[in-house]
Amino acid sequence: METVNNALEIINLSKNYGANKAVDNISFNVKHGEIMGFLGPNGAGKSTTMNIICGCISASGGTVNVCGCDVLENPKIVKSKIGYLPENPPLYFDMKVWEYLSFVYDLKKVKNNKKEHIEKIMELVKISDMKNRMIKNLSKGYKQRVGLAQALIGDPEVLILDEPTVGLDPKQIIEIRNVIKEIGKERTIILSTHILQEVSAVCDRVTIISHGKIVAQNTLKGLEEATGGKDKYILKLKGDTQKALDILSSIDEIVNINTTFINDSEAEILLERKPESDISMQLTEAFGKNGIAITEFKSALLTLEEIFIKLTNSKIYEEEKEEQEVTENDSNI
Amino acid sequence: MIAIFKKEFKSYFLSPIGYIFVGVFMALASMFFASGILFSQQADISIMFSNINVIYLFLVSLLTMRLLAEERGKKTDQLLMSAPVSITEIVLGKYLAAMAVFGITILVSFIFPAIMFIYGNPALSEVISSYIGFILLWGAFISVGIFISALTESQMIAGVLTFASLLLIYFINWFQSSVQNPVAQKVIGWFALLARYGDFQNGVLNIENIIYYLSFIFVFLFLTVSVIDKRRFS
Repeated sequence: METVNNALEIINLSKNYGANKAVDNISFNVKHGEIMGFLGPNGAGKSTTMNIICGCISASGGTVNVCGCDVLENPKIVKSKIGYLPENPPLYFDMKVWEYLSFVYDLKKVKNNKKEHIEKIMELVKISDMKNRMIKNLSKGYKQRVGLAQALIGDPEVLILDEPTVGLDPKQIIEIRNVIKEIGKERTIILSTHILQEVSAVCDRVTIISHGKIVAQNTLKGLEEATGGKDKYILKLKGDTQKALDILSSIDEIVNINTTFINDSEAEILLERKPESDISMQLTEAFGKNGIAITEFKSALLTLEEIFIKLTNSKIYEEEKEEQEVTENDSNI
Repeated sequence: MIAIFKKEFKSYFLSPIGYIFVGVFMALASMFFASGILFSQQADISIMFSNINVIYLFLVSLLTMRLLAEERGKKTDQLLMSAPVSITEIVLGKYLAAMAVFGITILVSFIFPAIMFIYGNPALSEVISSYIGFILLWGAFISVGIFISALTESQMIAGVLTFASLLLIYFINWFQSSVQNPVAQKVIGWFALLARYGDFQNGVLNIENIIYYLSFIFVFLFLTVSVIDKRRFS
């Protein structure tokens, strides 16, 4: 049953460029109708993975299944189910928008009402006014939209978008994101990016990749909880700080108290509560009685940026350490 | 394949290349025709065809240099590779588009024998077989051009290399006679495209020659497909 639920299955995928492992044994699934964010720093292997899924390059190992079809065994069937917007939209600059989309329509061997189909897509990505303009004369934002329109031709079940908002101005970014959310209602989308707001704005789930390896795979909420600890809170207060600490240690539900800053009248404290307990009521009551003011009380969940840096850096840090050790050994010799 | 053929044929005339190819061909061919046949009052069809061969030698690299190099340079190959078409279809579509533009000049050149038929009495069989030989010969040269275009991202490099290769093949007979080693002589003989053209010009349609040209074209188109396919694995 599970294979039916997954629009895309990637199993132990690898790609080597000589000794360099661009993609190193990664596996993930994307469910039907899901928008998955494919996140990673530049050069992490995002584009390589996407190129493999679309059949532009071949993997060194592993399998890619799109809607139950293997890319290697049935390349034509798989390719007809995928719409791909590469990092640089593959546009022929000396064609007009309409001419270009009509070529893509023929190229993909789509069989329904051509005029209606292309017009519907141009309407969706809002390029109808540009249909008789030369592509080379369009602004970057419109070029990106034509690229997106190209990917949508033939109503593919799976859309693969490689950094669709790169190089656009903030207004265009929001517009393109809205378009992606709109089309994502009926389709499966994989969207690669290194812009984190994009993930929180449009994606249901994230896969974070770094140095060709998957470092995290989760829903946004799950990712925040897993890395931040959902039972940790940051508490800032004003008043008798010593008294406040005594109160905190007297509450049973609090298992851990870490003072990050303290003087006579102000303190910042990191608390950890027992799972599923509630400490907010007890805190406000006890502090209120003793004239201690809470100036800030918030969950210590990490923001997506912090998670990203934490996950991708730890990897880099480990590798740097290894490299250092190697060079040290070399110098010993 | 038809979609690629149509797009490629159109794009020859969206850029100046198509016009330059056809225009320059017409200008030079008319000039050679006037000076070589009209002014000298010779109804010798072979003079005309050897002149046209020289023109193509200089122009054909213009026709093939951008075919695959440009797609790779501008990264539009990703569109073709991710579309449900095979590499063979892509290569064939492009090859046939180049042949079609070449075909336009062939059609235009019919005017020269037509004029000769009005004023002289050339052998029809020679004209027909020369044209068949012509299409096969330049079909082979164009297949070399598309192969070279698949090797590089730069149109300029593809153009220069194609021109150099065509020139080499064109004059390869000179080397053949000066090489002593029988194996080397045989290998050179495989590439001696022009040597077999003589029969066609004399009005002889030899099946062996036709098969030779067709297999030459097949081999180079096959190599082109292999080069593109291999790149996906590197």
